[in-house]
Amino acid sequence: MPAPDRSLDARPARPPRTSPWMGVAAILVLAATQAYSISTSPAEGDMGHLQKIMYVHVPAAWMTFLAFFVVLVFSVKYLWKGREDDDLVAASAAEVGATLNGLTLVLGMIWGRPAWGVWWVWDARLTSTLVLFLIFAGYLALRAFVDDEQQRARWSAAVGAIGAINVPIVYMSVKWWRTLHQPPSSPATLDPAYTMGLRINAFALLFVMIFFIRKRYEIARLERAAEHAAEAAALGAP
Amino acid sequence: MAWRDDWRRVRAIARKDLTTELRTKAGFNGVAALGVTILILLGLALGPDGAALRNAAVGAVWLATLFAGVLAFNRSFQVELESGALEPLLQYPGPRWTIFAGKLLGNLVFVTAMVAIVVAAGVVLFGVGIPATWPTLVGVIALGVVGLVVLGTFYASMSSRSRAREVLLPMLLFPMLVPVLLGATTASKALLGADLMHEAGAWIRLLAAYDLVFLIATFVAFEHVIES
Repeated sequence: MPAPDRSLDARPARPPRTSPWMGVAAILVLAATQAYSISTSPAEGDMGHLQKIMYVHVPAAWMTFLAFFVVLVFSVKYLWKGREDDDLVAASAAEVGATLNGLTLVLGMIWGRPAWGVWWVWDARLTSTLVLFLIFAGYLALRAFVDDEQQRARWSAAVGAIGAINVPIVYMSVKWWRTLHQPPSSPATLDPAYTMGLRINAFALLFVMIFFIRKRYEIARLERAAEHAAEAAALGAP
Repeated sequence: MAWRDDWRRVRAIARKDLTTELRTKAGFNGVAALGVTILILLGLALGPDGAALRNAAVGAVWLATLFAGVLAFNRSFQVELESGALEPLLQYPGPRWTIFAGKLLGNLVFVTAMVAIVVAAGVVLFGVGIPATWPTLVGVIALGVVGLVVLGTFYASMSSRSRAREVLLPMLLFPMLVPVLLGATTASKALLGADLMHEAGAWIRLLAAYDLVFLIATFVAFEHVIES
């Protein structure tokens, strides 16, 4: 079976453009949901207003997993169909996902220092979130170190898919590693006064994430189009 | 018999790699010496208290294995690339997965020999007593080595052909090996301590499942990765 020609792209030369107003709207919605949840939620019993960090930390963690699920889906789709676009979407989602992953870790540490008295504990969730960050740092490093674009696309799709398969295994192994030695720190059950704020902030951050992934994808397409144009010009020159 | 031909290809590639290695021995001696050197350095950093060293022995042996093993994988593809032999290898008739399987088998023998030396050095240097359950312990080490070699060989098939391969392979490989490291060290520690909590069995199952999942995943993905 002949390999599909991945260099040709049937789409029009002019890539789609997301309006910058979508970005403005996403940021405004996030600011509004933050303001709402911060002003309406009561001070928490033990932590006081420290709890407010949850409205960014927890949605960022959820969006991290969602972004990496997008990487998995588009990596598998690329291996199956071989369309350049799928590779670019996976790469864009990985970059945005890794950023949100880093944000989750940093916010968690800022929260953990006053709440637990330490910046870091080797808890199952923290450790597996950190390992996830390292797995996708490897994915992004691979993209940076491979020059041939088709090779980069195939390899990163394989690494993205295999990395995503490992996520539940890493989580399970780290959980066992902790729980077999000492009881796990039980997740704080959430008072209904805080759930609404958490939900609307998750949707607002989802909006922001979609905007970023779209923008990053469009930039990647523009870069690719510029590379192709430069190649064509170089080949066409006498 | 198609599978017999495939098996012959796998053996031929593994034998070729191991013969090259046996004739020069440069790669193996270097990697094994590095493994033992890492152990000695860890002993110096963590010692000289005997009890502390015994506690740290399992972790030290596995870390030395990972750091030394990572050098073996890039090497197995680099020797092909240096002599321009990868392209002809891909031209041979027969399925591509046999190339992966051959490299895997060669690396498995290579790393197993290296691990035998590192474990022996660890037992001597860190003063570890051999437990009665040592056959199970050997099984745990074998499962850990398989996990390491499967992903190491797979990622090296890419990283060896990239820029900055020395940096890229550990960056890709080590985070993926977290379940292997946790499983192998925890199960080994449990077995050295007579497994009072009966936790070794669960970890052995996790290691076996991990090996199986990634054996299948890498065989499927290799066809896409090696395509030239």
